[in-house]
Amino acid sequence: MLALSQVTVVLDGVTIVEDVELTVASGEWVTIIGPNGAGKSTLLRAISGELPYRGSVVIDGDEAGSLKRRERARRVATVAQSPIVPAGMTVLDYALLGRTPHIPVLGRESAADLAAVWDVLGRLDLKRFAGRALPTLSGGERQRVFLARALAQAAPLLLLDEPTSALDVGHQQEVLELVDALRHDHALTVLTTMHDLSAAGEYADRLVLLDRGRRVADGTPPEVLTEQLLSQHYCARLRVIPGEHGPLVVPIRSTPPAAGDRAGPSGSSPRG
Amino acid sequence: MPTDIEVATREGSPELPGVRSAGLRLRWLLGGLAVVVVAALAGIALGPVGLPPQSVAVELLNLLPGVHLNSGLNEREIAIITQLRLPRVALGLLVGAMLALAGGCYQGVFRNPLADPYLLGVAAGAGLGATVAIALRGQPGVGPAVPLYAFVGALGAVALTYLLGAAGGRDRSTSTLILAGIAISSFLAAVQTYLLQRYSDTIREVYSWLLGQLATDGWSDVRMILPYAVITAIVVLALRRELDVLSVGDAEAGSLGLHPARSRLILVIAASLATAAAVAVSGLIGFVGIIVPHVVRLLTGSSYRAILPLSMLYGGAFLVLADLVARTVSAPVELPIGVVTAFLGAPFFVLVLRTTRSVRM
Repeated sequence: MLALSQVTVVLDGVTIVEDVELTVASGEWVTIIGPNGAGKSTLLRAISGELPYRGSVVIDGDEAGSLKRRERARRVATVAQSPIVPAGMTVLDYALLGRTPHIPVLGRESAADLAAVWDVLGRLDLKRFAGRALPTLSGGERQRVFLARALAQAAPLLLLDEPTSALDVGHQQEVLELVDALRHDHALTVLTTMHDLSAAGEYADRLVLLDRGRRVADGTPPEVLTEQLLSQHYCARLRVIPGEHGPLVVPIRSTPPAAGDRAGPSGSSPRG
Repeated sequence: MPTDIEVATREGSPELPGVRSAGLRLRWLLGGLAVVVVAALAGIALGPVGLPPQSVAVELLNLLPGVHLNSGLNEREIAIITQLRLPRVALGLLVGAMLALAGGCYQGVFRNPLADPYLLGVAAGAGLGATVAIALRGQPGVGPAVPLYAFVGALGAVALTYLLGAAGGRDRSTSTLILAGIAISSFLAAVQTYLLQRYSDTIREVYSWLLGQLATDGWSDVRMILPYAVITAIVVLALRRELDVLSVGDAEAGSLGLHPARSRLILVIAASLATAAAVAVSGLIGFVGIIVPHVVRLLTGSSYRAILPLSMLYGGAFLVLADLVARTVSAPVELPIGVVTAFLGAPFFVLVLRTTRSVRM
């Protein structure tokens, strides 16, 4: 479905991503993890066509650079980390934007486009919000609307940049479960970036660890989520605990708590 | 143009019959056309010589091929309609439509509610062009044509703005372009001020041009502006759905299959052409380009598929009515139309703001 070979992204003379090899099989869920500044989002944006790159990105058998934008948009749908929320736009109209690559350049949406959007809104339990303006929705509802737009695009490859970073744990779970269910129902291939390592391990088939623009590990969650790899590349003290589906990663405080810290209000209300 | 206006009559989902996708609603389109007809009839019927509106309507029908009705008007009154007031109303409709369309288009392209048709230096360029033309000619009425110079100056200013904005590098963001427009405007205004100082006897004429007027000499101005109006309307209305997509940002628009920079360039060129043509024949008429699209937005929602065509209709009607006030309120002296548009437009806009919830961009 997706094959990257020697992909390098240079922005303003700085190499952000270097010689990355990555393949994602059809129907697979691959999550890119790595510390801040590792180049996760940059790599995703290069794949989606937003940033120029060197090397080769093959989407569904064709070199991405050779595809026309509309054709690429029919193959790859992207949800950015924090998409712009157009103030007056309703949920229905926002989701309809996803049909853009299917609507003739100077044409208008057809009944089939509308039907597809209503179908997606129903699937994501968003029908009751259809007439609401986007800014009136909560973070979790909004994230579902962004997903709806991407699904309306009907592209087989879904790129999600930090889909859960703005959500509480309950809504994180809801969105990830939803993506997983949609992946099975619509035979989607999913490539995401994520900071929450436990959640990444729970849902992805495979993890790719980036550090300073390079791929340093690639494998199943138990292969990548090891205390040795994570402490080396994240500079963090972590404990990896075997979980039901994948390893659970727990950060550990490096210095033992001082006696006063647990003593209650006396330590946190200085006089003066 | 009307063939390019589509009407949204689609139904929503069976469960939610009230929820429909954004687009041009039939009632708003009909309302806009009705306002245009009323404004045109009023603009032709009212003036120093009052003409009954029904007779005016009959005479307008007589202009159609194969129609011969008796309006009861004499030759002189018919001449007033066809040679004085009709060209003036037609010019008002075109200029108002172009300014409102260009303003709405700029607001969408730059995602900025304060954008108006003069954002990229059109006003300063046209002002300088007109000043040069007026200063160059020895006596009134002899020498270069003001509209031509104003037109060239306006387009030249936008081209400079675009070049300067593009010189910022690959990343041609909209704010770079707006800043470039401010720089070019200040520069050209300075040159214009210098010229006015040198040729101080031209100040009055330049000043009256700057304030805007729809004084016409038969149909020549209408003929001059019409091709630009048609081209612009076709291009901008054809791309109005892309403006909706651009509202989610360039990155998203790109991932949806658009070429944001290319769309923006085409839209800016088209809107600038319309503004330059409008300014060339009517001077600087403020307020229409910024107020009309906002009023339409407040009334109909944030989709450019509705805002742009409706802005043309309401902008045209608004300017015709403003012109009617400008030439009748203190007749026989004409007020500058720019004064009237601001005088009527500002309170009306405040009223609309107060009665709706918020400006939704």
